[in-house]
Amino acid sequence: MTAARPPAAASPSAPASPTAQAAGGGADPAAAAALATARILHDTLHGAHRGVVVDSPPGAGKSTLVVRAARELVAAGEQLMIVAQTNAQVDDLADRLATADPELPVGRLHSTDGAPDPVLERHPSVLKSARVSDLLGQKVVIATAAKWAFVKNAEPWRYAIVDEAYQMRSDALLAVAGLFERALFVGDPGQLDPFSVVGAEQWAGLGHDPSASAVVTLLAHNPGLPQHRLPVSWRLPASAAPLVSEAFYPYTPFRSGTGEGERRLSFSAASDGSGPDRVLDVAAESGWGLLELPARHTPRTDPEAVAAVAQVVRRLLERRGSTVSEKGRAALTADRIAVGTAHRDQAAAVRAALAGTEAAGVAVDTANRLQGREFDVTVVLHPLSGRPDATAFHLETGRLCVLASRHRNACIVVCREGVAELLDEHPSTEPVQLGVTVKFPDGWEANHTVLAHLARHRVPHRP
Amino acid sequence: MSLMATLAQAEAVAAGRARPLTTVRHRHLSPTPMVFVPLTTAGETGAPLGAMVGGARDDASLLVVPQPRDRDLRFAFLAGLAERMLPYLEGFADDVDTELRKETDPVTGKRTEVEVELCRDAPQVIVPSGSGVEYVRLLGRSTRFRRTAEDDPDEPHPVPARVPLLGRWLTHLGERALTPGSSLLLSMTGLLSRHWATGQSGLEDQHLGALLAWIDPPGGTDGAEAAAAAELARRPDGLLVCPPAGPATDPEFDNKHLAPAMGRYDAARSAGDAAARRRAAEEVEELVRGQLEPTWHRVWDGLELLRALPAGRRVEERWRRDRWSYTMHRDRLRAGEPPQPRVDDAVTAAQKLSSRETAQVRLDAQEALDDPLVMAGRRLAGEAFAGVVDAVEMTYSEGRAPRPRPLVTVVTDDEPYLDADAKLYRALGERTQEAQLVSVEPGVRGGPGRIVVRLVNGMGRGKVPEEGSVPVEGERVCFTAFEHNPRGGPGLPDPESTPWTHGGPPAAAQGALPDQGTRTAEGTGAAEGTGAAEGTGAGEDGR
Repeated sequence: MTAARPPAAASPSAPASPTAQAAGGGADPAAAAALATARILHDTLHGAHRGVVVDSPPGAGKSTLVVRAARELVAAGEQLMIVAQTNAQVDDLADRLATADPELPVGRLHSTDGAPDPVLERHPSVLKSARVSDLLGQKVVIATAAKWAFVKNAEPWRYAIVDEAYQMRSDALLAVAGLFERALFVGDPGQLDPFSVVGAEQWAGLGHDPSASAVVTLLAHNPGLPQHRLPVSWRLPASAAPLVSEAFYPYTPFRSGTGEGERRLSFSAASDGSGPDRVLDVAAESGWGLLELPARHTPRTDPEAVAAVAQVVRRLLERRGSTVSEKGRAALTADRIAVGTAHRDQAAAVRAALAGTEAAGVAVDTANRLQGREFDVTVVLHPLSGRPDATAFHLETGRLCVLASRHRNACIVVCREGVAELLDEHPSTEPVQLGVTVKFPDGWEANHTVLAHLARHRVPHRP
Repeated sequence: MSLMATLAQAEAVAAGRARPLTTVRHRHLSPTPMVFVPLTTAGETGAPLGAMVGGARDDASLLVVPQPRDRDLRFAFLAGLAERMLPYLEGFADDVDTELRKETDPVTGKRTEVEVELCRDAPQVIVPSGSGVEYVRLLGRSTRFRRTAEDDPDEPHPVPARVPLLGRWLTHLGERALTPGSSLLLSMTGLLSRHWATGQSGLEDQHLGALLAWIDPPGGTDGAEAAAAAELARRPDGLLVCPPAGPATDPEFDNKHLAPAMGRYDAARSAGDAAARRRAAEEVEELVRGQLEPTWHRVWDGLELLRALPAGRRVEERWRRDRWSYTMHRDRLRAGEPPQPRVDDAVTAAQKLSSRETAQVRLDAQEALDDPLVMAGRRLAGEAFAGVVDAVEMTYSEGRAPRPRPLVTVVTDDEPYLDADAKLYRALGERTQEAQLVSVEPGVRGGPGRIVVRLVNGMGRGKVPEEGSVPVEGERVCFTAFEHNPRGGPGLPDPESTPWTHGGPPAAAQGALPDQGTRTAEGTGAAEGTGAAEGTGAGEDGR
């Protein structure tokens, strides 16, 4: 592939790529996305600023952008380093890079006690080492932020790409920022914020609050940096993008890359009339489903809610679901389904309920661990289901956003009745910290928006 | 809150009495603590109203400000406080052991062992509540940048000698208190609610009187009733029997008692009537004493309850870190370094956060290892499991010199949440042995499950594991999914190399700029000693 590089003199608003020119950069989502990408690459390669920030809503092609930017930088004769947050993300990016360009010499820097994913074995161009000195000849060196922090006395790279920058903590960026001169920061501002196990109120409002996200610190100290966003979600279907955009990205709207009816879910076996089966039909029809259990205060691992989640998952497979998308028709298999919860014990309870059935291969995990992943159908145990209170943890915008934006076809939420009333009884009461930019929307409002939408796809269920 | 703590709370409600959360005491208690009960003026956060301070129940010094809005009286109070507290705070500085420590030689850049001093003991200040800890920080912030007549003869508002020094000590105590598990400055409500669960909310537990009423109800009454009485009961004159532990005061006391007494003081002063003024001051003093004394005794009551608990085994190790913190602050003062800066620079803030996070993980692990009741809570939360060894199968690692890697099967009723490649840890004497999860076979119908792990270290250097390093059949073992002795992360850049993403290097002493109207003690010998390995501003010692 030849690098599509805009002329150096092009103003950011000028259509930069042939595709964008042809489509005028407006109505067609592909053209809009291509235009945004061209501007980002232009700023990254030719801009005057040391940093470029890219906000990416769920499934907007963030990884594709990272791979593309890396290849274009290499094509321009540069070497670069890539910083990601988890080993899984690093392995995934290395795999994508090597798949996109088998000739590209990639270095995978890993920790001494953790070997990289064996999937990288199939790429001869990926060199793996625990010592950075072995990898200095590679055009692209990729590692987690935690591993980069151990690299000392290296000649700084001219360029870096920082992936999942909104999930990176400011102090982690502080530890690695000396390794590069300029950087492209890519991330999703709507997902879970980084957190600390100890209080950090002492530094609230300081530009360099070590517990803030890397992007917040970066922009506090470098307010003039160009900020871009990817305008199209290729993952979320037309039924989901407007809701997720309105509820979680009210001031930076995005749209779906696919149109109404392009993504479908259907079942070969008929409904047995039960609540779980009816909610499946509702979700197949509309992309959303809410299976509502009677109001009740329950322990976190609410046995009835867990059983309902498990039943929905089992019926998805038993009724031989299939999905239609721009990629064609495919059978809905266990590996294309995920269950999302707020807590680990809830995930464990669902896993236990699914063990030994054909649904045992379904990914069941917490919002934290589902970040960045994609499935055809997701089943979500609502974070506030059955709770007597709405704490900051359960209200966190990012948690609900992650859970509601992992699916390509449909999302089914299992919840006890009464969450709207619960929310009204627990308005956000976090203390206001001077100097801290208020984040919109707050979890309370986002929860209400999502609930109001789900109410239209409600199926009551009495276990 | 953990399920275990919720259970203890439910039991406390049922029993009408607090339930223990621990079997041992998890904080160091000094045999010679200093109790400090401060009160502040309503509506004037920075204006102390009075304090009771001392080292024994019957050795209380009462300090009162008859008119807190008068700056001179305020600084006279602070001077009195410095006179009372500084001899105690400084009193541990000269009793030292020597220790060997690795340091980077500033000239050669080599790591060399140097002999350093470590104070054998350190001060411990106890305040009644969490807001008391905050108040110590506030007092430190408002006094450490003040200047005395000796600092600067032209200073328009010099403060009494030693007040800025008190501010630096209080700042150090306040900063150290943010490190989990530290014990230089502790709140009584924090100590008690760590060790007992009551039948009331965490917010209500911040009322020292109500908390003690649950733990030790007077004359066998019901905890809930005793707590309600502690919160609400008033004497015939309208004052609370159990006044708030401060620093905030009861509005009833402020409006109906204190304000008129202060009015009389102001009037006597305006009239120039020295005798009336003295009488009015004494009246305020008695009023404030009445508000402080009940709390004073409750703090000592709390200390007696806590002293009845045996100390956890690893408490001493954490106190040693406090002694390091104390010693290093002593060294910074002796080196003539300027006061702690008003705000932390990026690197210092990140260092503090990182060392506190490590301290939190270490504290959580040590408390669990020291206390089966705390460990039971972690097991219930799926973070650990205990059981009996059912089989040990000896296997060896591959390679030229095969090493023992025994497979240990544990039969357990616990249901831990473990990742497929989970690393596990178990305490082996003073050391930690690591293991790798091999398989989990959950119990059927409530029966016990079987967990197989592979031990990977802690068995010595030979082909045969050292005696006692591999559990035997029938032995009871406990593996945790959390580390026992977490290490800090990699180092951060020097403040001078702060990268552009964080605003670049801090401008010279920019962080040390005090609030408007106060100035730093620049030029007070700051040139000597600031190049030491610890640097300036490291208000907390990350070890």
